[in-house]
Amino acid sequence: MFGDYFTRALIAGAGLALVAGPLGCFVVWRRMAYFGDTMAHSALLGVALSIILSMNMTLGVFAVAALVAGALLILQRQATLSTDALLGILSHSTLAVGLVLVGFLTTVRIDLMGFLFGDILAVSVDDIAIIYGGGIAILAILIFAWRPLLASTVSPELAEAEGLRPEVSRLILMILMASVIAIAMKLVGVLLITSLLIIPAATARRLSSTPEMMAVVAAVLGAIAVVGGLFGSRTWDTASGPSIVVMALIVFLVSLAVPVTRLFGRRPVHGA
Amino acid sequence: MNAQIPRETLITLSNAGVSRGGRTLVSGVDLSIARGEIVTLIGPNGSGKSTTAKMATGVLKPSTGTVVRKPGLKIGYVPQKLTIDWTLPLTVERLMTLTGRFSPSEINAALAAVGAERLLKAAVQELSGGEFQRVLFARAMIRKPDLLVLDEPVQGVDFSGEVALYELVRNIRDTTQSGILMISHDLHVVMAETDTVICLNGHVCCRGTPAAVKRSPEYLKLFGERAAGSLAIYQHHHDHEHGEDGHIHHDHDHAHDHAEHDHVR
Repeated sequence: MFGDYFTRALIAGAGLALVAGPLGCFVVWRRMAYFGDTMAHSALLGVALSIILSMNMTLGVFAVAALVAGALLILQRQATLSTDALLGILSHSTLAVGLVLVGFLTTVRIDLMGFLFGDILAVSVDDIAIIYGGGIAILAILIFAWRPLLASTVSPELAEAEGLRPEVSRLILMILMASVIAIAMKLVGVLLITSLLIIPAATARRLSSTPEMMAVVAAVLGAIAVVGGLFGSRTWDTASGPSIVVMALIVFLVSLAVPVTRLFGRRPVHGA
Repeated sequence: MNAQIPRETLITLSNAGVSRGGRTLVSGVDLSIARGEIVTLIGPNGSGKSTTAKMATGVLKPSTGTVVRKPGLKIGYVPQKLTIDWTLPLTVERLMTLTGRFSPSEINAALAAVGAERLLKAAVQELSGGEFQRVLFARAMIRKPDLLVLDEPVQGVDFSGEVALYELVRNIRDTTQSGILMISHDLHVVMAETDTVICLNGHVCCRGTPAAVKRSPEYLKLFGERAAGSLAIYQHHHDHEHGEDGHIHHDHDHAHDHAEHDHVR
């Protein structure tokens, strides 16, 4: 059933979207979009380093993304520069260092465009195994840790006062984001990963009344974007990764037309 | 009004203080809270009230002194301010189970206790300041906490709401026998049922029953002439436990100044 490259792309992309949607909700709720971008940009450095050290590329990307997240935490504690500026420094310098290192690799030819914008049509059966294996692990952790993750998103102080560990929750989220980036890089590329996290989640907000509902809707909308984008790219012969993102954007724009307040979050009639 | 039987002590702060970057936020705080006891912290802005409460809840570790909690102490916390971003869809019903799992009947009972049962399905972003405050009370109470920590619980609530909330606190104390640590948003207001008032100004200025603190020279010195004689003590009409009703000055006027404002950004 995996014989056809297009079928493989559909299966791989849908699998990624199902994981990126719920995780992306946390990125939106915690205003971590730029943070996610920074981790994604560091992925290219991960690619270069894993080639130099001849190690598994997915692991290399994960490790570098996690390290960048850790570096940011340490820099934030120093509190000399704003988080915004720190992210800007880390984001672009890791991307630049990655590009420079790739230039030094004379023995291996690297398809740079493939890493920047992804090449979902080139996924192998092994890639699908990684996506679904990693994806199920990520979703399992998200479900298992859902309540503390959500509580510390609403208020770290309240969560801590009532016996939860918001610092641990934050760490878990960073590790999950690094994992998704490592898995997603091949499919949509380092420049577009964050969009798969954010756009479906942002779209789902208008259609949801609880956090759990928003996570599920985001997963479904992400999968719709992948399928629609891939068929669109085949029909009009456009780049597959960007086509998926454009499809996600179209779904988002359509959702803006839905009158949210009529559907959800309405106030009950005051009795008193 | 403390019972003769010694009650179980829930938490004890001994000479506790917090410093940040060489600056002392609060120091030398001694306080302990027993089951069924109400302790109220008052003091000007920046006097260390919230810092003290955070040491009690464990959000801040004391840099000097010690904080000892009863093992397994369950805390319910009503934060001073809670802004829930629009991007997070949250109904009152879902907020109730934020830090623990509770059945629908428990949720309904907790909301009914604060008179907010009709808000069950409402989005938290659409509640008024007073409604949100009551829901936060219900959320903290549903945990059946040993210790309830209230950070400026009546801030942003109009006058009648304020009276109702104080009555609610009294009810919680009477029915659950939990200890209550409350920060007053107003220098001059404490609940009549408060067992101990602690005036803070970077350190403990004075302490005692509301009536004693009201007369203490430190209180008058700290809060100036305007405050003299104006420590209003909210008293429940049917409370016969205080023999000195006639002496307790009711000055509710300043409470009207706190216009209701929205917590939604």
